[in-house]
Amino acid sequence: MDSTAGAAETLDTFPKYLLANASRFAERPAMRFKDYGIWQSWNWAEQLDEVRAFSIGLAELGVRHGDKIAIVGPNRPRLYWTFAAAQALGAIPVPVYADAVAEEMAFVLDHAGARFAVVSDQEQVDKIQSFSDRIPALEQIIYDEPRGLEDYDPAMLHSFEAVQARGGEMCAADPDAARRWEEKVRAASGEDVSVMLYTSGTTGRSKGVMIGAAAAVRATFDTVRFDSLTEKDSVLAYLPLAWVGDHYLNFAQSYVSGFCMACPESQETVPQDLREIGPTFYFAPPRVFESLLTSVTIRMEDASGFKRWLFRHFIGVAKKYGEAILEKRPVPLSGRVAYALGNAVIYAPLRNVLGFSRIRIAYTAGEAIGADLFSFFRSLGINLKQLYGQTEAFLYVTVQKDGEVRSDAVGPAAPNVDIRIAEDGEVQFRSPGQFVGYFKEDEKTAEVMTQDGFIKTGDAGFFDKDGQLKIIDRSKDVGRLESGALFAPKYVENTLKFFPNIKEAVAFGHGREFCAAFINIDLQAVGNWAERNSIAYASYQELASHPEVLKIILGHVGEANLRLSREELMAGSQIRRFIVLHKELDADDGELTRTLKVRRNFIAERYGELIEALYDGSTKKYVETEVTYEDGRKGRIRATLAILDAPLHGGDQNRWREAAE
Amino acid sequence: MNARPDPARLSDAIADGAVLLDVRNVSLSFGGVKAVSDISFDVLKGEIRAIIGPNGAGKTSMLNVINGFYTAQQGTIVFRGKERRAMKAHEAVGQGIARTFQNVALFKGMSTLDNIMAGRSVMMKRNLFWQMLRHGPALREEIEHRREVEEIIDFLEIEHIRHTPVGKLPYGLQKRVELGRALAMEPTLLLLDEPMAGMNLEEKEDMSRFIVEVNRHRGTTIALIEHDMGVVMDLSDRVVVLDYGKKIADGPPDAVKANKDVIDAYLGVAH
Repeated sequence: MDSTAGAAETLDTFPKYLLANASRFAERPAMRFKDYGIWQSWNWAEQLDEVRAFSIGLAELGVRHGDKIAIVGPNRPRLYWTFAAAQALGAIPVPVYADAVAEEMAFVLDHAGARFAVVSDQEQVDKIQSFSDRIPALEQIIYDEPRGLEDYDPAMLHSFEAVQARGGEMCAADPDAARRWEEKVRAASGEDVSVMLYTSGTTGRSKGVMIGAAAAVRATFDTVRFDSLTEKDSVLAYLPLAWVGDHYLNFAQSYVSGFCMACPESQETVPQDLREIGPTFYFAPPRVFESLLTSVTIRMEDASGFKRWLFRHFIGVAKKYGEAILEKRPVPLSGRVAYALGNAVIYAPLRNVLGFSRIRIAYTAGEAIGADLFSFFRSLGINLKQLYGQTEAFLYVTVQKDGEVRSDAVGPAAPNVDIRIAEDGEVQFRSPGQFVGYFKEDEKTAEVMTQDGFIKTGDAGFFDKDGQLKIIDRSKDVGRLESGALFAPKYVENTLKFFPNIKEAVAFGHGREFCAAFINIDLQAVGNWAERNSIAYASYQELASHPEVLKIILGHVGEANLRLSREELMAGSQIRRFIVLHKELDADDGELTRTLKVRRNFIAERYGELIEALYDGSTKKYVETEVTYEDGRKGRIRATLAILDAPLHGGDQNRWREAAE
Repeated sequence: MNARPDPARLSDAIADGAVLLDVRNVSLSFGGVKAVSDISFDVLKGEIRAIIGPNGAGKTSMLNVINGFYTAQQGTIVFRGKERRAMKAHEAVGQGIARTFQNVALFKGMSTLDNIMAGRSVMMKRNLFWQMLRHGPALREEIEHRREVEEIIDFLEIEHIRHTPVGKLPYGLQKRVELGRALAMEPTLLLLDEPMAGMNLEEKEDMSRFIVEVNRHRGTTIALIEHDMGVVMDLSDRVVVLDYGKKIADGPPDAVKANKDVIDAYLGVAH
């Protein structure tokens, strides 16, 4: 920690940290990547060599100060090196979601005016070339993986290797070239834009969030110190590189603290890679923890009776004492002994299987996380905490301290962040990493900035008595039922999504008589149940409409209503009618954002007929839905969906009904 | 499916006139049933050659004759310039012919990696003694082969199932592993028996991509049997059509598609 707090404190760009790390942590690993089944490593000195050679090669290709360089692909060392290589020239990296369909990618590349694109492989080259006529600014594409690209027109295509080799040759030919490059890095201004991150577009078109270099480093420096991250820590970078979370938690924190960042072999091998790397710092959105719990639960149900008993027993013990032990609160000796035993037979092996053996700090954010789900991981001894952040803040707005962790709040303000609640309940903040503005959209920047320099989050929330921030919902989504009762759709959806069989839910009710919902089953969980019960199905659609499945979901909705009925504010939002959808909500159809958040308004429009059917009392409804495949082709699916009535709970029931009538 | 090969490349190969495999007047019968009768066709070096035909046309029998599972009663096979009546199965492997099967034939209890390594075993030079010791030259040899196998795993994008027992994999992935095992033999001629059977659209597209890439980048000549007409017409340089054991057409996909006999064979004739 001392080393970070020393000379490195004054640095104001990431490439400056690269130079510093190459001397202070020269032999420490900076990057790992599993290739051909073996973990390849680069230390900081080698990482500097890679970045410098590529950067000089880029300059040779014509990259200048202020140019935008789009970066498209999965988590690969070369793509991460591109960030620093671009920043070293004063160019601005613009990461783009690799799974974006051509249309979305065209918008971002065009809007950013990218002159260069560094992409992973043929698939991305094809995608970009399919709309090249709409992005006249784009001059050159550089690819990492040459496979399949041999026969392409080489006029605007270059391999990463060739560009880097060119840079390497120039350094070899002229020993001054490397020195000049380093001088330029040292002389760079912290006022430059460090990175431009496009928002996922939960509401409308995505916007280019410009983050200043000095601001980015300042914010990162604060959180690195907050979590005492050092060069001895490690992470697995597996989240989309276009997302602020990946860029901040992995790239930025790695440069500032000097820790090692590992890239998985492929998206499918992440669980195995996690186990092999055993990171000390980990981030995952709630849905990843959900699916982990789902797969653990499924595997336990397939286990022998004795193992099941053992698991249930010790998870019970963990529930009772685990969190108290983690937070170093007093626990009776018998509890400690039972927990230690459980740790030996269940918790430690389970942590190992999940790749969590060495975790010191884990975060989740992005959405509310179920209390039981949150406690489950904490009780296993994993220091899981919550943070609340935004792209506009360069991530952190609030963060929970070790030992002061709860599932229903997101913590006090992060270091050096000011937060206030506006009169209408909206959360506003001012932070060291806050953005410069939206690229080419000054009026939108003005919309989210207050006169005195605070940024409006668009989220409704309040501080509870412990000083932790509680987010209720997007402030514009919080509505009221016809009866006047508060309706917070996200809260209802999260209650439903707590059940492993329910993957996604969308609640409706603003200005309506009662609350109704669309539900997506979880194919993994329900499919496994079907297998164990010898229920045959040929497709998602068939499984989702199976009478037995509907019965299960009906049970879940009933129980969700029971939970809602116990909360004073939410009792009126019990789900009276619901539909189990025939297709999974999908980002390719625009129903989810690329970060997999539900786009409620879009769904309401797209499935308008179904919503009407929910409220007009009919018991089934025929629909035709257009679906988009990943390559942009379209198809149609047809289904007749059942509309079900769920049991309602609570003494308030009658009163609520009267109020509605 | 954007997999149609470059016509220029085909004409080059034909101009070379390098015939890799020449099947001459081959007949094969089981008792009174004529599975293949008097069939002749050739496979040029570097091309993708499709053998199509309705069920029972004799396609698989033809492949079995080529790689020595069956012995033809009449006719000869010329492979790499060497003429022979029948080829023994192990000889075919030694000569550089590898194949996949209509019904996947993998070692179900072994992992993906081990299955592909097994395909490599024909190329291992050290004797069983050294291999069992896993020491010295045998170890070096194994490391070298493992590298090749890892390249195949990377090529076929099956890293995530490297250590999964093959029997647990879905069918589409098993087919991919089988292709991997055939590739591990570094064949000159790759025979694929219905590589797309039982696959969904996405799996078919992936498989088509792999076939084209094997052909282009590894320079492997491919002869394939396939039912999916879209795939055949997209992938192949030339197509030979069999019906009731006889050859009824032979030529580029477009010509074959327009051929009256072929249309009749597939759609039936009004008598």
